[in-house]
Amino acid sequence: MATVEYDAATRLYPGTSTPAVNQLNLAIADGELLVLVGPSGSGKSTALRMLAGLEPLDGGRILIGDQDVSGVRPRNRDVAMVFQNYALYPNLEVAQNMGFALRQQGIAKEERNQRVREVAKLLDLEPYLDRKPRNLSGGQRQRVAMGRAIVRHPQVFLMDEPLSNLDAKLRVQTRTELVELQHRLAATTVYVTHDQVEAMTMGDRVAVLRDGYLQQCDTPAILYHAPANLFVAGFIGSPAMNTLAVARTGPVEIAGTRIGVDDDLGGDRTVVGFRPEAVVVGSGSIAARIRVVEDLGSEVFVHVLIDHSGEERRLVARAEPPFPGQAGDSVQLGLRGAVHLFDEAEVRRATVTL
Amino acid sequence: MSERGTQLAVGERRGMRYGLGLLAWIVGALWIFPFAWTAFTSFKNEQDAQAQTLHHGLSFGRYSEVSHSTTGTLSLATAFTNSLVIVLVSTLIVLALAVPAAYALAIRQVPKWRDVLFFFISTKFLPVVASIFPIYVYAEKWNLIGTRQVLIILYIAMNLPLAIWMTRSFFMEVPRELIEAAEIDGTSLINQLRQVILPLAAPGIAATALLCLIFAWNEYFYAIQLNFANASTMPQWVLGNVSTRGNFLAKLSAASTIACLPVILAGWAAQKRMIRGLSMGAIK
Repeated sequence: MATVEYDAATRLYPGTSTPAVNQLNLAIADGELLVLVGPSGSGKSTALRMLAGLEPLDGGRILIGDQDVSGVRPRNRDVAMVFQNYALYPNLEVAQNMGFALRQQGIAKEERNQRVREVAKLLDLEPYLDRKPRNLSGGQRQRVAMGRAIVRHPQVFLMDEPLSNLDAKLRVQTRTELVELQHRLAATTVYVTHDQVEAMTMGDRVAVLRDGYLQQCDTPAILYHAPANLFVAGFIGSPAMNTLAVARTGPVEIAGTRIGVDDDLGGDRTVVGFRPEAVVVGSGSIAARIRVVEDLGSEVFVHVLIDHSGEERRLVARAEPPFPGQAGDSVQLGLRGAVHLFDEAEVRRATVTL
Repeated sequence: MSERGTQLAVGERRGMRYGLGLLAWIVGALWIFPFAWTAFTSFKNEQDAQAQTLHHGLSFGRYSEVSHSTTGTLSLATAFTNSLVIVLVSTLIVLALAVPAAYALAIRQVPKWRDVLFFFISTKFLPVVASIFPIYVYAEKWNLIGTRQVLIILYIAMNLPLAIWMTRSFFMEVPRELIEAAEIDGTSLINQLRQVILPLAAPGIAATALLCLIFAWNEYFYAIQLNFANASTMPQWVLGNVSTRGNFLAKLSAASTIACLPVILAGWAAQKRMIRGLSMGAIK
């Protein structure tokens, strides 16, 4: 197991003008599960592949342990990767797939078989050891892909959206199993996903990327409660944070009503944000009209419309079931909880708790 | 009008289907007719063959005549051995060269791969008859006339472009992630080829090999030009049965059939694999 460091790592694809990964600085602790999350094109997969050695660096360095591996070939980096499509060798059986890397290292058959059996037991793959990948279900293939990586005891595990191809229910189940496994192995892991729920539930820390730039790298809790900028605020959390444009100076007004937030960031304030759970339906001074009521059983999300600065704006409020309101009803909204203030550069500068 | 959705398509209407089926049989019969006629003629005696009658019945007589060699002419055994050796050796070398070339053009593409591919195909633009003169001059200079080596070399050059194109397209079907996984798993280049790429591309390589074998076996022009009359390959041997004395059609038919047989048998045995290889990856 080892630490990983990205030191101003940059990747610029030939023929393009914007780097796919731009001066990435990231330090990953030994045994940490770090999630790289972001929308398509954010550079998260590229960053992972740079660590694997599958993409060259056009600037900066990457270190594994204390070693600069920037110019080292993938096979000499002692990393193991789980691909989104699993990339199992189709002509080999499960046991051979899992033992493949060990065979390349020249490890004796006896030891190879023993290690494969150990990991197969860990992942409940024992009944499938002599099957070919085409005779396995998606979930089983995913586990074989994991097993192939685990059996190597590498310095770093790399995972490129390994759960994306599983159906929703299996994904949730496998998610927790994966985290347990990672803790048990105390394995440094870099995990890429576009799903912010996966990121929040799995990562010790989460690095949010956008257009090749690192937006913020913190624990899920900090990302949620103290997002660095508007992008992170809107990306993390579902349903997304409510954001409204407000006047630069003076007290904050929503739909013409003062909400009790007076900080104007010295005249730089442009946007306020507050999460659905900060919106109270039923008591308050903001006039709204219900559009849709989403009853999930454990919680209710109420989508409302307000008239804000002459324009119709949509907000999402979280309510406890049972919720008596219906689409079309007029309600009053209030704010209770964290209200974030963002400036022109979309940076969060202050948070007020109402 | 309202039945439009339930109307059968052109090929599905019963009458059409029988009609098309019949047409397919007719075309197939036409296609195979020259060879079938040749094979049939080979069992007749010479008089019947010449007159296209069937008075004297059918026998294997022509085959035994044709297999026995007269001194000074090319024997079946010699020609067959020559052909076999030349074809096998040239095809093996072609494959040995095409696989690394395909790797460089498919898996780890060199920067100018398009130009390289075009170059290979461009070598086929030159007509064989235009190149025979310089080839003959050098072959004579280097004492290669009448040897197997000269044909092996030429057949390698002849088949290599095709082999590279085909092998490359089969290598392109190997998922990139598989190769990346092999790379990360610590596989050396040779082992990547041996353990990952070739097993997957095997049907395609088999199809390529078969085509190379067939083209080399049937090649006639170089074989005639660069060999003496009594030391050559099967096509030359077949021609040796054209006689200036008397009728020879039946013997020639027998010789032709013998010459075609190995290729037909090989193709028959490998047809499933060939079809699979040629359509590999067509459906993703």
